[in-house]
Amino acid sequence: MKFKFWGVRGSIPTPGAKTVKFGGNTTCIEVTTGSNDLLILDAGTGIFALAQTLMNKIPIVAHILITHTHWDHIQGLPFFLPFLSANNQVHIYGGMDPVTQMGIERALNVQLQYSYFPISEAQLKAKVHYHTLKPGETIDIGSAKITPTVLTHPVINFGYRIEDSDGRSLFFTGDYEEPTNLYSPDDPNHSATQQFIDTKKQEVCAAIHGVDALIVDSSYTDSEYAKRIGWGHGTFEAAMQLANDAQVKKLFLTHHEPTRSDDELEAIFQNLLNEQAEKTTFEVYLAKEGEEHLLS
Amino acid sequence: MTTLHEEQLITFVDKMPAFRSSVQRLLQLASDLNADNREIVHVIESDPLMTVKILKVINSPFYGLTQKISSVQRAVVHLGINSIKNMALSVAAIGVLPVKNQADFDSRAFLLHSLTCASLSKMLADRLHVPAEQSSDYFVAGLLHDFGKIVFAEFIPTSYGQVLKIAKEQQLALHDIESEMLGIDHSQAGKLLAQHWGLADALISAIDHHHSDHLHTHLSDCLFAANQISKQLAFGFAGNPVIEVLPARTVQTFGMPLEALILEMGDLSSLKTEALAFID
Repeated sequence: MKFKFWGVRGSIPTPGAKTVKFGGNTTCIEVTTGSNDLLILDAGTGIFALAQTLMNKIPIVAHILITHTHWDHIQGLPFFLPFLSANNQVHIYGGMDPVTQMGIERALNVQLQYSYFPISEAQLKAKVHYHTLKPGETIDIGSAKITPTVLTHPVINFGYRIEDSDGRSLFFTGDYEEPTNLYSPDDPNHSATQQFIDTKKQEVCAAIHGVDALIVDSSYTDSEYAKRIGWGHGTFEAAMQLANDAQVKKLFLTHHEPTRSDDELEAIFQNLLNEQAEKTTFEVYLAKEGEEHLLS
Repeated sequence: MTTLHEEQLITFVDKMPAFRSSVQRLLQLASDLNADNREIVHVIESDPLMTVKILKVINSPFYGLTQKISSVQRAVVHLGINSIKNMALSVAAIGVLPVKNQADFDSRAFLLHSLTCASLSKMLADRLHVPAEQSSDYFVAGLLHDFGKIVFAEFIPTSYGQVLKIAKEQQLALHDIESEMLGIDHSQAGKLLAQHWGLADALISAIDHHHSDHLHTHLSDCLFAANQISKQLAFGFAGNPVIEVLPARTVQTFGMPLEALILEMGDLSSLKTEALAFID
């Protein structure tokens, strides 16, 4: 199994000189299984460049796994060019919205409405299949087995574990903020809530356990996070802890904060390595647009 | 006898609005970007319809819980406060329950009974040393045990108005009159709805058996006693003028009969004050 980052930026695309090294496109990760199945994790603006590389391979079968439907994770979906050629098959996977009770078809339904995009859903030539998934239930895509897990964010968000038949595995969190206790320790609701949180963390840890590559939302430093609790994103430090707890082999930090320059990102990363080098039993990388990693 | 069609009943309840106080508070909190999330949780936990909406969604297979849950706080940990808030807002968007309807059913007094039962049930759970992470299940059982009544009052107001009138005039147990005149009582209707929504089994049983075939689980004991205490102290009113004695095994569980238990629990008037502060 191998994977390639096509978009690593959080929230909004950030083109420009200050982000040219790590990249300005929003989340999109291409995963190629051992038997050459094409999986795409999220359809942020990075998917447009990925789509160009697919045009000479037509007809294709693509499996797009959506972690959640916030703009930065679906913005590139209407520009996924394989939609426009007959004989292509595009499968779109995601969760059920708890508020509207609509399945994952809601993303394209909304994006391709007349006010927002010139091409309507009925005009797509490719065969589009929607799959609304249930967390904890494993599905097969080619040689891979995929299991979604609910991870806390201000909207329903799935982390996906991908296990390939070659024995390699990957977990992508989508956007994830570990749940925090709303109640102070002297509040009667504190202890029960803490138990719910501990149970949830164990569940998440078990879902990630032992993967070869863990790709985590690490938007903030701990000090930045103090003012951004509840925004739905994680920190570098929390990602390190998660990787450690789940005993993963490689950790990739992604969803780079949109105002963060390449230099700042590298400085934070260096700092993190210096502070945590001794207790780190896994390799750590900053996710970088265009970079491909082979898991073997 | 009025015949209730199950399908119609379920469709009806799906569109039922929530209580005025919670709708108003939730809308207010939702318009404030810096609102205290604890207050939002508190509003949802204090409204039977909002609570039901969240529990039925979160317990569906699409959200991957290995065990069914009955706690709004746990739902918040699992899905995050924003999704839970928006689910409650979708209930708030339906409108508000009338304070009094054609059945002459006082929804304000009903909510006061439900809220005090919820708090009492949780207090009694603490007395029995029920673990903290389970105590919100006891609260929810108290909040939802009479859910069937508010559904009857909205769904079949004319018939239910008669049921309420007879119970009041003849000082008879409401559920007996319901069975006689409607062919189903509010605990059975509550059970039916809770089953349809896929709520936790313990909660379904507690609702189902709160008047008959007492189960003698801690949950049933606490709910039964809470219900009688709330009625004895006249915290609100949900249409039943009869206070029942505790079954012998429930007395055994608490180590005393109802009157002694009320004395032992001390001044409970703050429960009413707190509930009223929310309702008014």
